[in-house]
Amino acid sequence: MSVPLAAPDPTLQSFGQDPWWLIGGKVLAIFVFLVLTVLLSMWVERRIIGRMQLRVGPNRAGPFGLLQGLADGVKLALKEDIVPRQVDKVVFVLAPVVSAVPAFVSFIIIPFGPTVSIFGHQTPLQGTDLPVAVLLVLAMASMGAYGIVLAGWSSMSPYSLLGGLRSAAQIISYEIAMGLSFVAVFLFAGTMSTTGIVNAQADRWFAVMLLPSFLVYVVTMMGESNRIPFDLPEGEGELVGGFHTEYSSLKFAMFFLAEYINLATLSALATTLFLGGWRAPAPISTVWEGANSGWWPVLWFLAKLWLFIFFFVWLRGSLPRVRYDQLMKLGWKILMPFSLGWILLVATIRGLRNEGHDMTQVAIWAAVVIGAVLLLSIAWDLVGRGRGDGGEIVPDLDGGAAPEAAGGFPVPPLDAPHYHGVAREGADVTAHKEVASGSH
Amino acid sequence: MDLYVPIVVLGALAFAFAAGSVLMAAFTGPKRWNRAKLEAYECGIEPTPQPVGGGRFPIKYYLTAMLFIVFDIEIIFLYPWAVAFESMGIFALVEMALFIVTVLVAYAYIWRRGGLEWD
Repeated sequence: MSVPLAAPDPTLQSFGQDPWWLIGGKVLAIFVFLVLTVLLSMWVERRIIGRMQLRVGPNRAGPFGLLQGLADGVKLALKEDIVPRQVDKVVFVLAPVVSAVPAFVSFIIIPFGPTVSIFGHQTPLQGTDLPVAVLLVLAMASMGAYGIVLAGWSSMSPYSLLGGLRSAAQIISYEIAMGLSFVAVFLFAGTMSTTGIVNAQADRWFAVMLLPSFLVYVVTMMGESNRIPFDLPEGEGELVGGFHTEYSSLKFAMFFLAEYINLATLSALATTLFLGGWRAPAPISTVWEGANSGWWPVLWFLAKLWLFIFFFVWLRGSLPRVRYDQLMKLGWKILMPFSLGWILLVATIRGLRNEGHDMTQVAIWAAVVIGAVLLLSIAWDLVGRGRGDGGEIVPDLDGGAAPEAAGGFPVPPLDAPHYHGVAREGADVTAHKEVASGSH
Repeated sequence: MDLYVPIVVLGALAFAFAAGSVLMAAFTGPKRWNRAKLEAYECGIEPTPQPVGGGRFPIKYYLTAMLFIVFDIEIIFLYPWAVAFESMGIFALVEMALFIVTVLVAYAYIWRRGGLEWD
């Protein structure tokens, strides 16, 4: 073709040169994109889950029920904004904002496409890029956790407090494994900027080269998003709504918005770091030269993004909720050591290859090391089991009476006193009558 | 610094949107006073009295936060190493392996002491 060759792939130097109107335009576009994605993904989720459960799903508001998200938003805005009496008012009002803002911000470093021309300006289709772009996403994810834990704490309600704490513990636990899964990507890309990472995947996606990292990321992605199978913070069966039990109206909507934006951000990050970002999938890019230039890459990016969102929904329709100790065990005892071992392995192989060593020899050594580590872990497990039975390390503080009664299964203490409420408004707090549940 | 301008702009826009929505909700909705409505929701029973300034919570959450700091700092050391891996060669690899093994000792200690158990 005689068209001038496509602009070279953007690098970190391509950023920071936009005029003010382009910055404003990009920011506004990302904002609108996120809000639309949330509205659409809510509808998509409910429709797909409906189909999976042999129902129809929402189909009344607009064509195919497409406006359902908007209708929900308007309805929430017209509901009473309840601020319960016992809450810490400032934090209670601030928490939804703290939750929503970081969710928006982290999307700014997601690359939508290569350099394009907008009104004569050559600019990459990306809000901005930093030398530490991925770190920004991690930082914003941690900020979002603040919103949740503050919401739980300021509500001064047992359900909210437990939900907020569970959520905080879960997010930070999975953030470790998630952070570790990024290390191998940085190792291969040699940079933390998202543009550089997408460029490094021109030949092969990291999901292919670094499959274990990708798998770890996908699991931690579920954990970070507080969704089924890891939705313990708001497990309806036990905590009502978790941290947002006391919230209503648009404050509640903000938490919902943040959750769905986080869903989109995690999916977009997975696309960027492991699935080649905006680059066309292999069969398309090999037969069609123009697939990776101009505006087409936006299509590939959106396709991959929605693939991940569908994956989230699919899991929600398929999996039951895990138990909290299983969740923590998976994060701390399985994903973390596995990631560390994988990082060491990848780094060693890459380091030796850079030194010019024979790869078959390296592979043999790698196999030996993996075998040794596996053996060691099995031995560790056996030794640990033997000691655990003796009870030397972890003293059993309950005396072990309750578990035996239920055939060894963990059951809540059945004879514990619980409150049946305040007899009179304004009565002395210590004067509550404790009633054992058995006598009620 | 130009790289950071869009982040600030998007942050400001998101803040305006979120704060605006939260403030707007106070005016758009109805206001119907009801004593029970303003109490903590506990599925219909009267709410458990909460101590002033927040209740007590299991120490496990606190412990998890402490462990998180230890291992998150490890990750922060891993990132620059990974980015500069190509230029530092085998020396950095050995150094980092030693570092990871050192942290793994702490990890094994925590595991054996039951720091990772949730019962």
